[in-house]
Amino acid sequence: MDSQHQPQTLETLQDIKRMMERSSRFISLSGWSGISAGICALLGAWAAHSRLGSFLVYHGGRQHQSIYNEEQASLDLFYDLILIAVITFIAAFISAFLFTYIRSRKNGVPIWDRTVQRLAWNTIMPMVVGGIMIVRALEFGYYELVAPGCLIFYGLALVNASKYTLGEIRYLGYGQIILGILNLWIINEGLYFWAAGFGILHIVYGAIMWWKYER
Amino acid sequence: MKNPIGNLNKIFDSRIRLGVMSILMVNEEVSFNDLKQMMEVTDGNLASHLVNLEENGFIKVHKGFVGRKTNTTYSITKAGEKAFKEHIEALENMIRGVK
Repeated sequence: MDSQHQPQTLETLQDIKRMMERSSRFISLSGWSGISAGICALLGAWAAHSRLGSFLVYHGGRQHQSIYNEEQASLDLFYDLILIAVITFIAAFISAFLFTYIRSRKNGVPIWDRTVQRLAWNTIMPMVVGGIMIVRALEFGYYELVAPGCLIFYGLALVNASKYTLGEIRYLGYGQIILGILNLWIINEGLYFWAAGFGILHIVYGAIMWWKYER
Repeated sequence: MKNPIGNLNKIFDSRIRLGVMSILMVNEEVSFNDLKQMMEVTDGNLASHLVNLEENGFIKVHKGFVGRKTNTTYSITKAGEKAFKEHIEALENMIRGVK
């Protein structure tokens, strides 16, 4: 048998694999997106932590303030924390989008083709469902459930997304889910779990992906 | 001894036809424009290969409209799936057979 066909055959199979992957998965997700989103999350967690800290120092054990002031201060705290959360989310989203946009330009892949649409839908859907549940939890005053709720639903969203982008994101999802479930039992440390999941896990994941695919 | 190259499908000799089949194996329905973008070929070139695949019964054409624009999508047929799998097997056997 002639062996000159072998490299050509291998090349053909690699070509097929590449076309299959390129047409069904969005592979331009940049590791830098994970790192930048993680840094935003850590900054957000730090801001929330210091806002909470100043609230506790000021109000801890004080009796002389009127009930109205206490209520007002709690409400202020609540709105400040929501504001911090919204700013953190927007900053993380924009920075993550930016790095992935740059990478997809470099790869010559359109940023809004079918693979991206599918990825976006399958990631956003579980997150919106989780968001609705968290809003309801807030309305009932179950503030402790916010951090585990974020972690668990985001983790599920990532596991779901792994079918439509680089598969390794599944492990980031598992990590978030495990942290979220642990947080359900270590209920008062939500902010630390949140920082570990959205901050540190993102950075570790991003660094590994950068090392593996972009270096 | 059987010649493994004999099992290769002549229709898939073309890189473009093989690429189209690969894409349609993992996607239910793909539009002409998406195929063009992924294969990086010209309209005419792609169209002639698609006609060839259709005439062989490997792909189905669906003509539709998005607003006023025509939107043609393609999907793989049972026969196309079978032929593609056999082609891949033949390629695998070639690699295994040549030592």
